[in-house]
Amino acid sequence: MRIRLYFLFLVPLVSVLHFGLEAGSLHVRKGTQLDTIKEAIALAGKGDTIFVHEGTYLENQMEINKPMAIIGVNKPVIDSQGGDEIFIVKADQVLIQGLTLQNIGVSHLKDRAAIRVVEARNVIIDNNLLLNTFFGIYLQNASRCRVLNNTIRGEAYDEMNAGNAIHIWKGSQMEVINNHLSQHRDGIYFEFVDQSLIRGNTSQDNMRYGLHFMFSNYDTYEKNIFRRNGAGVAVMFSKQIRMIKNTFEENWGGSSYGILLKEISDGLMVQNTFIRNTIGVYAEGANRIKIEKNDFINNGKAMDIKGNCIDNEILSNNFIGNTFEVLTNSRSNLNHFEGNYWAQYKGYDLNKDGIGDFPHRPVNLFALITDKIPAANMLLHSFLVDALDMAERMFPEIIPEHLSDERPRIKPYTYD
Amino acid sequence: MFKIAKFIISDLIKNWIILLYAFFLLLATIGFFLLQGQGDKAILGVLNLTLMLVPMITVIFSTIYYYNMYEFMVLLMAQPLKRGSIIGSFYLGLLVSLGLAIVAGLGLPLWLMHPHWVSLVLSGVALLLSGIFIGLALLVAVWVRDKARGMGFALFLWVYFVLIFDGLVLLMMYNFSDYPIEKVVLYITFLNPVDLGRIMVLMQTEAAALMGYSGAIFQQFFSEWWGLIASLLIMLAWAFIPVAFSFRMFRDKDL
Amino acid sequence: MIKLDHIYKSFGRIPVLKDIFLDYGQNQAIGLIGPNGSGKSTLIKIILGMVLPQKGEVTFDGKPITGQSQYRRHIGYMPQMSRFPANMTVSQLFHMMKKLRKDEKQRDLDLYHAFEIEQMGSKRLEILSGGMKQKVSAALAFLFDPKVLVLDEPTAGLDPIANEILKEKLQKSLGNDRLILISSHILNDLDDIITHVCYLMEGEVKFFKPLEQLRAETAENRLNRIIAQVLKQEKNHV
Repeated sequence: MRIRLYFLFLVPLVSVLHFGLEAGSLHVRKGTQLDTIKEAIALAGKGDTIFVHEGTYLENQMEINKPMAIIGVNKPVIDSQGGDEIFIVKADQVLIQGLTLQNIGVSHLKDRAAIRVVEARNVIIDNNLLLNTFFGIYLQNASRCRVLNNTIRGEAYDEMNAGNAIHIWKGSQMEVINNHLSQHRDGIYFEFVDQSLIRGNTSQDNMRYGLHFMFSNYDTYEKNIFRRNGAGVAVMFSKQIRMIKNTFEENWGGSSYGILLKEISDGLMVQNTFIRNTIGVYAEGANRIKIEKNDFINNGKAMDIKGNCIDNEILSNNFIGNTFEVLTNSRSNLNHFEGNYWAQYKGYDLNKDGIGDFPHRPVNLFALITDKIPAANMLLHSFLVDALDMAERMFPEIIPEHLSDERPRIKPYTYD
Repeated sequence: MFKIAKFIISDLIKNWIILLYAFFLLLATIGFFLLQGQGDKAILGVLNLTLMLVPMITVIFSTIYYYNMYEFMVLLMAQPLKRGSIIGSFYLGLLVSLGLAIVAGLGLPLWLMHPHWVSLVLSGVALLLSGIFIGLALLVAVWVRDKARGMGFALFLWVYFVLIFDGLVLLMMYNFSDYPIEKVVLYITFLNPVDLGRIMVLMQTEAAALMGYSGAIFQQFFSEWWGLIASLLIMLAWAFIPVAFSFRMFRDKDL
Repeated sequence: MIKLDHIYKSFGRIPVLKDIFLDYGQNQAIGLIGPNGSGKSTLIKIILGMVLPQKGEVTFDGKPITGQSQYRRHIGYMPQMSRFPANMTVSQLFHMMKKLRKDEKQRDLDLYHAFEIEQMGSKRLEILSGGMKQKVSAALAFLFDPKVLVLDEPTAGLDPIANEILKEKLQKSLGNDRLILISSHILNDLDDIITHVCYLMEGEVKFFKPLEQLRAETAENRLNRIIAQVLKQEKNHV
């Protein structure tokens, strides 16, 4: 893994050197003859490098249709002044690095973006700062592109007038790594994107989803932080998704959840952390997902797993401090729960093997009631409700009798 | 009035039931924090215990106390004292001594273990519930002459407010779940000080977001300042009205 | 001094006092007697303002007692049964009473000394025996040297010696414009104390006469004989 990381950082450097040595370089600088980027792009030959020096450039609608590198020196600013898109990349092997791009106007006719990549390969967008750009980086029909180390900060205040920070529509083998995304409609938007990697990003305070993920297969996202997004994260209509070591936190709100799994299958969800979400995992039509070694801490409902979810495995997770542990809308259970630590487990372990001596039923009667009658939430933690719940767990009438963990852990796991 | 109250208090704070009550609260509060660690979870444990125990001990103890002190009350009645000041000093005496038990057994340890706003709200709710259930106990005791029947009544009040009321609410919600009952639910909570107190505390914890599901109006009412103040006023009304009735009844009562 | 003007009282549907008219004056020691359930206790409680009559009015020194408590400054009351706050000590009780009636400077400590109350000062009231509690009650009743003494079955729980002390004290107290009202069914105890007999039966005053007059009428000396005689005469009339 370390070697691979090193390699990732090396690639842009190598390419810069490569471009720099083999091809010419141009310097855009205020007060010199070459003082607009547009001009430099027109002048540049295939594989040239354009160094943009310190200063503010009031330019937009720059089309790049040959391989080149545009590199900011001392963070130059390119300002569209509420106008149209800044870079439209239509060529392969393009590098855009070290720039500050700002002020793209909101449009209801066109999804304007600071950087748009159209039908290109091997485009690298690295270490840029995008401020108030409606859509930040928009890739369509592209492959093997890499979006790295960018900070994309919007000024969205409602969903209607907001764009997405990183929007990828149709693509494959994309990498979205170490970006900071905030105050957009969606932090990262994936639609028809396969075999791609999303890693180490922080996506927070977006109007809708921190990550909006649809019709995309064989993707991995790991070590991302999704925080305080309007509705959390949605992963829908996809298969073979690997979700590893992400943090989903503080998605509080009436219809908010850590992650929504809708119509997805054969995925892997390992070592993620869900803290303080109204619902930790909300699964609807999710099949054959392995949910393992995750921490569910202080959520309203740790898991809401609907009756149309089949053959999911919920293994070795920690459920700590959640108001309700598992909720479902079905009397039957077609999923497998085993070896989890449930803080609400009331049993004991006489033979000291670390496994509780009788099963735990994580579905709370009151959770089912409030699911049907939201107003009943006002009785939360009342004596009546606690007593009913206790009785129901002993002699299940309404809660799914077979939704139980036969081997509940006595002590929480510590994952590293 | 304060003179008699002073003597009643000095008598009651040496009462072993009150001492045991304070001690038990203290142990339980500390126990919850030591066992559960997490702030909110311990608070929920203490809340559950408080909502059960405080009304029960308060209503039973106050009722018994009234009946046991009947002869003493007669002796006081033979003195140049107004009836109002006699019953008033009994109320005050019970309020101060049971209140002190709450402060010592619940308020202080809570504040030491978890110095947050929610601890203050919880202690405040416990104090209000004490005031309310002393009032209800006096109302029953003044009204019902027979000790056994009075005790039965007082116990019934406790069961009603802690259990039966919520059961009826749940049944109602089941039957009317197709109607917009959210506003009604808000008003219903006003009818039970135990529920109201529970919600006041819960709104200060993580559980607030779940409570939000009860409806936007509900959520808004309890999360805003004026809602908290309105709840407080309703609780005070709950404390005041039974007391006022019992005072009134006591004034025309044959001892 | 104490005048009951056509008092009527019923508990529920059962009348307890039916149209009572009585005028108790100074320098009288009245034995309030009658069978159980005749309304003695209720009568006393009405005088003390603990029971409110449905009809009629009680006046104390000419002023109606309804709605006021100040007339009770002049009354010392010894209840039939006493119960005090459990953790209060004897001296605290006396301390409290003095505080409650702090405008009354007169003290009569005869019984207080005679019953050796001082010596049990630090004892908690809860652990006192019934007789000791009665001693405390008696001492309290006399404490403020009141013009009116109301004693409800005073001799019931007292031992013979204490009984004698109390009787002596009562004899001594008569005069000085006092009014003493004693309800009792142990008639022997009353012989040497009372000047008047007030006989209640089924909520009505059978008679209220000076003892001397009754003695003359019945030619009997002992109180229990007198009462028996009177009741026999009544029967013969019917």
